[in-house]
Amino acid sequence: MNSRIRAIVPAAGLVLLAAVPLAAALLDQPFYLDLVRRIMIFAIAALSLNLILGYGGMISFGHAAYLGVGAYAVGVLAHYGIHNGFLQWALAIGASALVALAIGAVSIRTSGVYFIMITLAFTQMLYYLGISIEEYGGDDGMRLQVKSQFPGLIDLNDANAFYYLVLAILVLALFLGQRLVDSRFGMVIRAAKSNEVRTRSIGFSPYPYRLAAFVIAGAVCGLAGALLVNHTAYLTPEFMNWTRSGELMFMVILGGMESIAGPVLGAFALLLLEDALSGWTQHWQLVLGPLLVLSVLFLKRGLAGLLFAENE
Amino acid sequence: MNRTLLEVRGLRKSFGALLASDDVDLEVLEGETHAIIGPNGAGKTTLISQLAGNLFPDRGRVLFAGEDITALSAPARARRGFARSFQITSIYPDFTVLENVMLAVQAHSGSSFRFWRPAREEASLRSPASAILEEVGLAGRSGVLAANLAHGEQRALEIATALATRPRLLLLDEPVAGMGVEETQRMIALLSFLKGGKTLILVEHDMDAVFSLADRISVLVYGRIIATGAPEEIRVNPEVRRAYLGEEVAA
Repeated sequence: MNSRIRAIVPAAGLVLLAAVPLAAALLDQPFYLDLVRRIMIFAIAALSLNLILGYGGMISFGHAAYLGVGAYAVGVLAHYGIHNGFLQWALAIGASALVALAIGAVSIRTSGVYFIMITLAFTQMLYYLGISIEEYGGDDGMRLQVKSQFPGLIDLNDANAFYYLVLAILVLALFLGQRLVDSRFGMVIRAAKSNEVRTRSIGFSPYPYRLAAFVIAGAVCGLAGALLVNHTAYLTPEFMNWTRSGELMFMVILGGMESIAGPVLGAFALLLLEDALSGWTQHWQLVLGPLLVLSVLFLKRGLAGLLFAENE
Repeated sequence: MNRTLLEVRGLRKSFGALLASDDVDLEVLEGETHAIIGPNGAGKTTLISQLAGNLFPDRGRVLFAGEDITALSAPARARRGFARSFQITSIYPDFTVLENVMLAVQAHSGSSFRFWRPAREEASLRSPASAILEEVGLAGRSGVLAANLAHGEQRALEIATALATRPRLLLLDEPVAGMGVEETQRMIALLSFLKGGKTLILVEHDMDAVFSLADRISVLVYGRIIATGAPEEIRVNPEVRRAYLGEEVAA
């Protein structure tokens, strides 16, 4: 029974997501296409955070930094008239990986509350850097006049094509993420989270493994940033605001840290709820807050724990 | 005469005013089972932690197979053939029994910067791990989450994890602590089975375990080794009797 649910839920989810453009067209509600595409982009970001948060036990409170770096990489190149998507996205991934390498190299030497504060501090530095650079719009941000160009391959101005590209990247990220956490490498970062002293005693220094995981997570989130700036066609330092980092953490925790798909569920739950409540009342955060508290109290393993209950 | 595998010279470690290791000299021969005994607070765990690299001495040297390893970290020592079990059971509670042991095998077989192939499908990790579980009597429990094992089984799993690193030296910190009579007997049987093939350092309170397993015994009192010798010598050593064994041996 459980194994059947495990197979059916992802397949059903994929079919539902693939049907969204059709449904949006039939109902003449293009807004839904936009909403789900945005949610999937955040799902990719949350999934990347879960690699280090859920599997690696590294409570990074600054993961929005890589959303920002990815977005700025695209935006800045476009600002100088370089619209080639391969170049832009490669820079988004590469620059995020480098920033993650620098932040990780320092912060992974600490642990606990210090790790949380250092990752937060680095991200705030990037946030204020974004605000201070007038050339790129300062705290107003800037428009992305031309979306990333993939000549002959895909046109991101085609809403459906862009939607399916995001869906394909999400599915790929889920698949690669699952490979990663089951691999030798994944076993080491999970072991270092579970019992660091034991892990050192059998011969692993956790540091290089953690740093590599941190860089991978940053790079994937940088790609999500490149998608996000193309989605909004706008770029602001707000992408890197600490509240954004908090939202990503919340998606991970709400969805469930012990599965690759959990954060995707979390992203959908959080952003759909936000959308529904904000349509209903201006004070939607007053309703969302208690709901989130309840979910943390009563769903110890997140939404994924409800769907994919383990039979132990 | 066997050659020396581990040599400790003038090891000193203090925590504030407390001198936990006071010029400790120790020599462990290849293949022997060397017990370290001493009253509570004698500094046994501090000593074993300095041997394993979990703590660093203020002064003194640790030589392993002739190499000075005093400054090496715990993982570096583990890669040279140190394995340890902890006084308080140290396992991966959220991994299965088999995964616990496979990970220890993995630590000593090739690079772990491999991202693609599921580790659980690697026969080169799985079969040595299964063989070791067979050895320690946990073969029937390999699919169980380690958290769900009984206490005695968890201790055996910890020994299995240590063995899976194919150590030259096994440091056992109170392997029968907190065990019932039956579990203790089973652990002693397991350790006697290992003994001889491996070099063991055994820190233990349980005198039955010590006297039935040890080839030589060192007695640690207030951070100092006051005697080293064969079990029968230690049993009759007046200084040891006064400092520690006292009524237990006299009875």
